[in-house]
Amino acid sequence: MKRDLTCVACPLGCAITVEYDETGVLSVTGNTCKRGDAYARSEIVNPTRSLATSVKVNGGIYPVVPVKSNKPIPKSMIFDCMKAINSVTVEAPVKLGQVIIPNILGTGADIVATNHD
Amino acid sequence: MLNYDLVVVGGGPAGMAAALKAKECGVEKIIILERAQTLGGILEQCIHTGFGLHYFGEELSGPEYADRFIVEVEKTDIDVKCDTMVLDISECNLVTAVNKIDGFLKIQAKAVVLAMGCRERPRGALEMAGTRASGIMTAGTAQKYVNLDGYMPGKKVVILGSGDIGLIMARRMTLEGAEVKVVCEIMPYSGGLTRNIVQCLDDFGIPLRLSTTVIETHGTQRLEGVTIAKVDDRLQPIPGTEEYIECDTLMLSVGLIPENELTKNVGIAIDRVTNGAVVDEMRQTDHQGIFACGNVLHVHDLVDYVTLESQLAGQGAAEYILGTAPKETVYVNTVTGNGVRYLVPQRVNVKNPNDVKLYFRVGRIFKNARVVLECDGKTISSKKKVKLAPGEMENVVIPADVLAAMDENSSITVRVEE
Repeated sequence: MKRDLTCVACPLGCAITVEYDETGVLSVTGNTCKRGDAYARSEIVNPTRSLATSVKVNGGIYPVVPVKSNKPIPKSMIFDCMKAINSVTVEAPVKLGQVIIPNILGTGADIVATNHD
Repeated sequence: MLNYDLVVVGGGPAGMAAALKAKECGVEKIIILERAQTLGGILEQCIHTGFGLHYFGEELSGPEYADRFIVEVEKTDIDVKCDTMVLDISECNLVTAVNKIDGFLKIQAKAVVLAMGCRERPRGALEMAGTRASGIMTAGTAQKYVNLDGYMPGKKVVILGSGDIGLIMARRMTLEGAEVKVVCEIMPYSGGLTRNIVQCLDDFGIPLRLSTTVIETHGTQRLEGVTIAKVDDRLQPIPGTEEYIECDTLMLSVGLIPENELTKNVGIAIDRVTNGAVVDEMRQTDHQGIFACGNVLHVHDLVDYVTLESQLAGQGAAEYILGTAPKETVYVNTVTGNGVRYLVPQRVNVKNPNDVKLYFRVGRIFKNARVVLECDGKTISSKKKVKLAPGEMENVVIPADVLAAMDENSSITVRVEE
């Protein structure tokens, strides 16, 4: 299998092509540095993303309070995590850094508030 | 009438950093006047992460970045008035403002820091045909609806402009269940960071159409669709390339304009390219005692640079108030050479004893080029750059010893060499 990626390791944005099969990555081409190679491999083997969204809050200044995952979560689980977060309503007061959902969907990442309510 | 040493207009990242730095430098009476209900400025609605990588070495959300400074302001005796709108600044630094509690306020300041930020280019600036259906808004307005007010402004979205706010909103709307059909960009390249194109568009399979714009909106009550078309190299729509796209929402991310009404009223000189004040290396305008920093001075891509710039303005204001600024001023204008669209500061007092960092943007994309700083016809530095893009602010430093050798006939030029 083959996938074309744009590298985000630096602003250059190299166009990288990765060839891979079920056993793993076979080749990485188009990158101009080692960081590009590492980025391309992680994108195939275990792509992760930070998630930032908001959660409903009762009795706060605004109807929602912003939250984020305190570490990256698997890219494939982003929408499942969104569903879990959107099913939650918290009560004011909410403090910045407060854990809203611990270990969301077993990813090991906590969903934490990034502002006061 | 109130008396303050320093009045800071705007309580976003720029205003807070300037006020804190001035306090640290020994200024006694400081007040921040903020139009919104809370300090923090636009960061309050920028809930995505990526702020603070340079300044704090951490990836923070906008509210987290702002909170670091709000906490610091609260620790000091800096006065803060929120929900307060500054109406006028006079030539003798008399600030007029209004709010619900004090009514009409007159504040005499020794120095003023302008930190009002910028606002988005609206639809009216685009000469786009069509009716005034609802569902057409700037990306920042949509961001406020979703992230602060907690409701979705639409379900099927077209975004015009691929600046970072547009890209961020493409992802945000997708995460919340909307369908983002396409992001159109009139230029042949995106104005956004590569990282955002990958993580906000590619991740979700959202197409980015370059050299494409929206030429017409359809619908009377609610937006029903838009017509997009390819443009030629003079940015004119190419007949025959029109395409109808059904959507209920059109978001505009087509540029930011520094909010300089107050600045212009004082009579301060404005740079035609940045749309911000003309400033020196301490960010002092051509009006003595009035400084400017952050997005009101020039639009930044990273808040970290706003913080650094505002600390300079805060220090400059403090030195002005405390009388510790260099006694002599000999200004040399900075000149944009090949490929450089603007430079900030626009002039440098060569009697300043420190290194001076010049920030600039290029006019187009350059690959494997050199950034050359030339003073008095001599090359001071020539730095290799793998890539230069209009969306990413660059800088170059004039060493103190080079400045020390300059006089009023000197020249400072920054250019790109291919």
